[in-house]
Amino acid sequence: MSQYLFQQLVNGLALGSLYALVAIGFSMIYGIVRLINFAHGDLVMIGAFATLAMVAAGVPWPLVLLFVLLIGALAGATIGTVVFKPLIGAPQVTGFIATLAVSIVIQNTALMILSGQPRNFLFPAVMRQRVDFGGVSASVTDLTIIGLTALMIAALLFIVYRTRLGTAMRATAENVMAARLMGIAVDRTIVVAFAIGSALAAVAGLLWGGKFGQIDPLLGFVPGLKAFVACVIGGVGSIGGALLGGYLLGLAEVLFVGLMPQEVSGYRDSFVFLLLIVILLVRPSGLFMRHVEERA
Amino acid sequence: MNGTASRSLASAGAIVLGAILVWLVQNTASDYVVTLLAVLFLNAALAVSLTLTNGLAGLFSLGHPAFMTIGAYVAAILTFPAGRKESMLSDLPLWIAQTELSLLPALLLAGLAGAAAALLVGFPVLRLRGHYLAVATLGLIVIVQNLATNWDGITRGGAGLSGVPRLTGIWWAFGLLAIVVMAAWRIKFSSLGRAMMATRENELAAECTGIRTVRMRMLAFVVGAFFAALAGAMMVHLIGVVTPKSYSVLLAFNLVVMVVIGGSGSIVGAIIAASAITALSESLRPAEESLGLYGLSQVIVALSLILVLYFRPQGLFGTREPELLRRLFEGSRR
Repeated sequence: MSQYLFQQLVNGLALGSLYALVAIGFSMIYGIVRLINFAHGDLVMIGAFATLAMVAAGVPWPLVLLFVLLIGALAGATIGTVVFKPLIGAPQVTGFIATLAVSIVIQNTALMILSGQPRNFLFPAVMRQRVDFGGVSASVTDLTIIGLTALMIAALLFIVYRTRLGTAMRATAENVMAARLMGIAVDRTIVVAFAIGSALAAVAGLLWGGKFGQIDPLLGFVPGLKAFVACVIGGVGSIGGALLGGYLLGLAEVLFVGLMPQEVSGYRDSFVFLLLIVILLVRPSGLFMRHVEERA
Repeated sequence: MNGTASRSLASAGAIVLGAILVWLVQNTASDYVVTLLAVLFLNAALAVSLTLTNGLAGLFSLGHPAFMTIGAYVAAILTFPAGRKESMLSDLPLWIAQTELSLLPALLLAGLAGAAAALLVGFPVLRLRGHYLAVATLGLIVIVQNLATNWDGITRGGAGLSGVPRLTGIWWAFGLLAIVVMAAWRIKFSSLGRAMMATRENELAAECTGIRTVRMRMLAFVVGAFFAALAGAMMVHLIGVVTPKSYSVLLAFNLVVMVVIGGSGSIVGAIIAASAITALSESLRPAEESLGLYGLSQVIVALSLILVLYFRPQGLFGTREPELLRRLFEGSRR
């Protein structure tokens, strides 16, 4: 039993890593422009399809990873520049609707170009082997997901807390006006935040495809929504909260499927969003946030 | 002539005028056009009910497809012939399996089911600020689809319910539109509507004048959901089929587009935008099919929305109604 539980923990950690990767970007963007970016999940899709195209073209995997990061950053910077910057200062609802529109444009353009047919997505054979640790086994894919995510998160935390750029980002999130008065190039900082967050989402797409084996143009919708749930669990707008929320959500979802009887496991998505509603009911500012004067 | 009398007269006139138009279309146009017009009426009713929630009360709900799905399943299960129901839907409680309601009570129960779901979701979420509602209602769509897919003893799973008796038609759709428009109009030009708009404009100021803002939001949300579920129930009895994916996020988006382009809170604007967008996507469909570019019309709709947001964020009419109609129905009162 404890072995089974441990197995589930590894699975949950892998799934949670993916959620955390998406949720961090979501949270960064929210923290800076105070907008929910409904198009964030579609970056996951873009990352997955970019990977597929490059692998088909014979690009070696380490380069694929690098390019996916770049493509995600570029796509995110474009969305930030073209759509979000002109809307700064507009009512919040306008911003939601705009990001929803962007998401619909991305999804349907992908549908037009790629068709709705799901495609197979295969990692190299090495990745599909399983490694055994005294009764507990994990696929190399899952271990890669966990490891790579940890690496990405470390890099991100370094940027946000140890560089000038990160300081500028945090200042902008704190107060746009004050940041601008301190001589921070706010517009550039916003675009950079979009780029970094989106790059992480694109990498999540690469890993997502490898873990689940199939991708289609609408695949970003559910991860995008679940990233928001993760953010709510941890407290919207905080990077640490998004991280913890992502891992917790992954674990909770896997444990729900693993520990509940077989016939309810189909209800996992219902479980996740019920969880959201329950948390909004009892701790709307997140499990780890102590007090927020305005629930933004 | 006082306000009430002139309003009753004007409403009666508008309904008779509409009815004559419907009668003309029904007797001259093809079945395809008649069904299309019925769908257009239902879309307009949906858009008007959403403009009540999103426009007047300033909420940002994307939950209409969820409420429509709930309404469609509830009504379809209630009107399904009792004999076939027992064999097809094995998990239904016996007393439901053996009842076979006529359309009207089934529609009402469907509407109430939608309203109850809205009450459940609204209770935790409406106390919070805007975007929580947006995401919670998106989550509700996922929950409803997920339940409809997995609870196959009652819903027949992903295949959906087909062969639902086609009990509604263009007159039912017209009737729903008339009722929704009248209800929305009466709410908008009453103290209730002004309280909703006050809640939207400035929550603190509204509270200070004694308006219970949470209750106002809840009311707008639940009424919107009631009409959405009603429209879903009519849709399934018009088309004959409902699946878990019949009403998806895309529909929520299109309804929001109708509301925004018409002007959030404008009833006439919502009707015009709903008609235009329904006609546009229908007329683009042959092009999509011949070019093989599925999704083209959706991209066009989304891009035009973004343009509207940049260049005319208030939409066609803002929150207002066209002056002529307002005068006609409300006299000199604002």
